[in-house]
Amino acid sequence: MPIRNDRTRYGWLSIGLHWLVAATVIGLFALGLWMVDLGYYDPWYRTGPDIHRSIGILLFAVMLVRLLWRWLSPPPASLPTHQRWETLLAHLAHWALYLLLFVAMVSGYLISSADGSSVSVFGGFSVPSLTGHQSGLEDIAGDIHEVAVWSLIVLAGLHALAALKHHFLDRDDTLRRMLGLSPRHPTPSSPGESQ
Amino acid sequence: MMVSLMKKAGLATAALMLSTLAFAEPGGTYQFDKKDAHQFVMFKISHLGYSWLYGRFNDFNGTFTVDADNPEKSSVQATIQTASVDSNHAERDKHLRGDDFLDVDKYPTATFQSTSIEKTGDKTAKITGDFTLHGVTKPVTLDAKLIGYGDDPWGGYRMGLEASTTLKLADFGITKNLGPASETVEIIISVEGIKK
Repeated sequence: MPIRNDRTRYGWLSIGLHWLVAATVIGLFALGLWMVDLGYYDPWYRTGPDIHRSIGILLFAVMLVRLLWRWLSPPPASLPTHQRWETLLAHLAHWALYLLLFVAMVSGYLISSADGSSVSVFGGFSVPSLTGHQSGLEDIAGDIHEVAVWSLIVLAGLHALAALKHHFLDRDDTLRRMLGLSPRHPTPSSPGESQ
Repeated sequence: MMVSLMKKAGLATAALMLSTLAFAEPGGTYQFDKKDAHQFVMFKISHLGYSWLYGRFNDFNGTFTVDADNPEKSSVQATIQTASVDSNHAERDKHLRGDDFLDVDKYPTATFQSTSIEKTGDKTAKITGDFTLHGVTKPVTLDAKLIGYGDDPWGGYRMGLEASTTLKLADFGITKNLGPASETVEIIISVEGIKK
């Protein structure tokens, strides 16, 4: 499989980034939900949030790479069998997912850095506070973080349901090509592919 | 003639001095000096039994009334905005404002209203009153100390008090387990009032 996307297929980098981000977002969501209810004497009370913050920062870097790569190597066109409304909704959902991802990551960072302290990434390097001490910022950022991550998870769920609908009901290649699998049947509208 | 004039002037001066003295008596109602922040509500709680964590509430206000002739008839009331909790750590402050602790959305204020005062010394007293925190009202007794009072350099009259008490968090429905050494919190209120 080539690294680059072409007119009809995803390359391995886009596929890898997609699933890496998907797994990370689900993991961060679950970790975040779990860690806020830990008891004070739980061994994970400090480690959980440390991991959550560290991975959040790293995910931000990954998302920048992902957007850069999307620009350098645009994704394939929608399948010709897709309805116009499907394509439109899908594109809207994709951009909303990108937006919510960044809102979630930035707001999370703002909670931790609202007192002017930096955010440590696995104890290796630290991202300094950009805001300095801002009274009450942690509360506003916290509210935004909560709304953004729940919206993100719900939208990602719809996105996944849509992919499953294409796979099992429409029996097309939408999900297959994001898994790097060969098309189920030759696509007539992609010359060169069918030979 | 001259003598009587001087006598009159002297009397007037004496009267003026007397009235100034009367004004300068400590009795009266005092407003906390919130504007210039000569007031602090601090709290102190054990961390794991190993150290003290200090924090404060930045936004509160109140008044006290001093009865100079009968100090036990004096009174004090204060209202604290719970969301102004500040322990110098944004994540911890957010947690303290949440429903594990202060639940500030539901209980935005904590209040104290004195009900009785018992003098225990020249400059000390026990101030008992109703303290409302986290929606729970309980009688608490503050150990209070009169720090000082008198004219300030800018034409006003001030009095400073410091008082403290120790609360059991569970008594006020705050039951998050912070460990056996951290079930109580000491509240220290140190205020300067300006006479109205």
